Amino acid sequence: MAENKHKLLEVKGLTMDFGGLRAVDSVSLDVHEGEIAALIGPNGAGKTTFFNCVTGIYNPTRGDILLHPKEQKTRRLNGLKPNKVTEMGLARTFQNIRLFQGMTVLENVMIGRHCRTKAGIFHAILRGKTFREEEQQIVESSYQLLEKVGLGDSANEFAKNLPYGAQRRLEIARAMATDPLLLLLDEPAAGMNPQETSALDQLIVKISTEEKIAILLIEHDMKLVMNISDPVYVMEYGKKIAEGSPQQIKDNPKVIEAYLGEEADA
Amino acid sequence: MWQEFKQSIVVSIWFVFLTFPLMVVRVNTMEDLVEWRWMNIAWVAIASFLLSYLWRYMLARKQVRKKVEEEGGDTRSKLQIMLENESLRFKAMGVLLVAALVYPQIFDTYQTTIMISALIYVVLGLGLNINVGLAGMLDLGYVAFFGIGAYTFGILNHHFDVGFWMMLPVGGMVGCLFGVILGFPILRLRGDYLAIVTLGFGMILKVVLENWGSLTFGPSGIANIDKPGLFGLDLSLANHTIYIYYIMIALVVFTIIVTNRLKNSRVGRAWMALREDEVACIAMGIDMARTKLSAYALGAFWAGMIGVVFASKTTFINPASFTFMESAIILSIVVLGGMGSILGVILGAFILILLPEYMRAFSEYRMLIFGASMTLMMIFRPQGLISGLRQTYLYKGAKEEIDNG
Repeated sequence: MAENKHKLLEVKGLTMDFGGLRAVDSVSLDVHEGEIAALIGPNGAGKTTFFNCVTGIYNPTRGDILLHPKEQKTRRLNGLKPNKVTEMGLARTFQNIRLFQGMTVLENVMIGRHCRTKAGIFHAILRGKTFREEEQQIVESSYQLLEKVGLGDSANEFAKNLPYGAQRRLEIARAMATDPLLLLLDEPAAGMNPQETSALDQLIVKISTEEKIAILLIEHDMKLVMNISDPVYVMEYGKKIAEGSPQQIKDNPKVIEAYLGEEADA
Repeated sequence: MWQEFKQSIVVSIWFVFLTFPLMVVRVNTMEDLVEWRWMNIAWVAIASFLLSYLWRYMLARKQVRKKVEEEGGDTRSKLQIMLENESLRFKAMGVLLVAALVYPQIFDTYQTTIMISALIYVVLGLGLNINVGLAGMLDLGYVAFFGIGAYTFGILNHHFDVGFWMMLPVGGMVGCLFGVILGFPILRLRGDYLAIVTLGFGMILKVVLENWGSLTFGPSGIANIDKPGLFGLDLSLANHTIYIYYIMIALVVFTIIVTNRLKNSRVGRAWMALREDEVACIAMGIDMARTKLSAYALGAFWAGMIGVVFASKTTFINPASFTFMESAIILSIVVLGGMGSILGVILGAFILILLPEYMRAFSEYRMLIFGASMTLMMIFRPQGLISGLRQTYLYKGAKEEIDNG
């Protein structure tokens, strides 16, 4: 791992208890600028809980979540509301797609622009010049994002009518509309066929290189993870059990054990 | 079709069999006779056949529509397509406005009065539409804000002789204020829980109005509220009705413009996002508390404002005007017309308020018809008479495509 890279997200000793159950147990993790980091682990390892803590849906029991935006002072994200976390520059997608089904594809992305625009109730009623300009700017930038993820043609469809793979891409576009520094993708390839997965693969790399957005993804599709991400973090039973390059992870006995089980003692 | 025909025949025969003892045989105990009323059986057969056939036909049509929708097809009705045509929509609105303006010149005071109450419900429906249709917050106590507006005017007018025009915006503001105050406790609630709490608000208001005698004059209400003034002119009753009618037309137009603008703005989109998915909504950086409060307060604004008009129109208010029944009717207007659709809500208000007025002959069955039609509506057209229009936007990409093509 390159030490000269700017550290963007720093999670230190994150712990989340639900009553007596420790879902996440002092997990530490860093995401640097320009990285595609991956978080993998068997089902129930606490990956999504980790995501929910970082994005403010849960308030973690212990630990620090620090965001270091370039040329700005470090911010602690613990206990912030999810909308504040998004404003700080962390955008996410969901494991089970959560689009605004009854709104059009374009409107979905336009919602993403909400926290970067200002027009209030009175602006909306009076429809002044600034309001119309801002509105047009929201439409244009949202449409450009749709083009980027390859959904430009279906901008005026209802989101619920999109095919599954397209819904996933729309979720990514919507998250990108919030101008994030870091994009958190929760199982973006779940339920996709191989073609869709490889298209997604390219899209994620494109976002990382062209838009300069760091990415942290949870994924079960090992091929996708090993292809595009570095570093990889592995969780099991709420604990981080390994971290390193894809090759190091592949060879790590602990990881193999977590996924395939221990060798029987005969 | 044939399948439905056969099934309906079977249903009809079954009904004939079931109702035979009731409908056909009558024992006349006075003269020890048994009357056989064979004609009745024919009516039962025809009616049950027709009803059953209609029912099955509608269900089949609904299935077809669902299938087309799943395949991404177009399920909009002809009316819907026409409404999405903007220039046509403007022309239609112009015609309607002219018709509305000449209405009181053609019809008598009675008709105008009925129309005023319909217009009052149009504004109430549009206000509630912000809560229920756009922001997805089911509000069963909406009438509370209506009552607050009316009583604010009634009390201030009684004690301090404050005039209508002064109170019109103040009533709205007071409604808005109460919307914010009552909005705080419901921020964390959604769905059924929200509905029950708002139902409670409605009930509380009525109890307060009935029992706080020193302020509200209790169940006897406040009488002799001033009618809206027109530069100090002394208007006859008929002219006053016409005057209030025009005030209502202006308010309806104002409401339509404002709610339409709100709907197609950043704020309105945030409301709709909140309706669609709360978790995704906050994850996209939308402040849930602010969005919910603004929707609730703005919904309450219209109710408060129109409460002032109501008090001024009837010149007498008492708690009986602000019962749960009113909330239910306003909610029905929104649901029947089409949640989120401004045109739908207007249509819903006219149907639900004007039909009972003109069908006084059936007034005993009013609630029965009301319930039955709502049930049927939910089965066959849950999106309401007119569903919300899909908002499309012009973007540069599209323009270029046209140029290239």
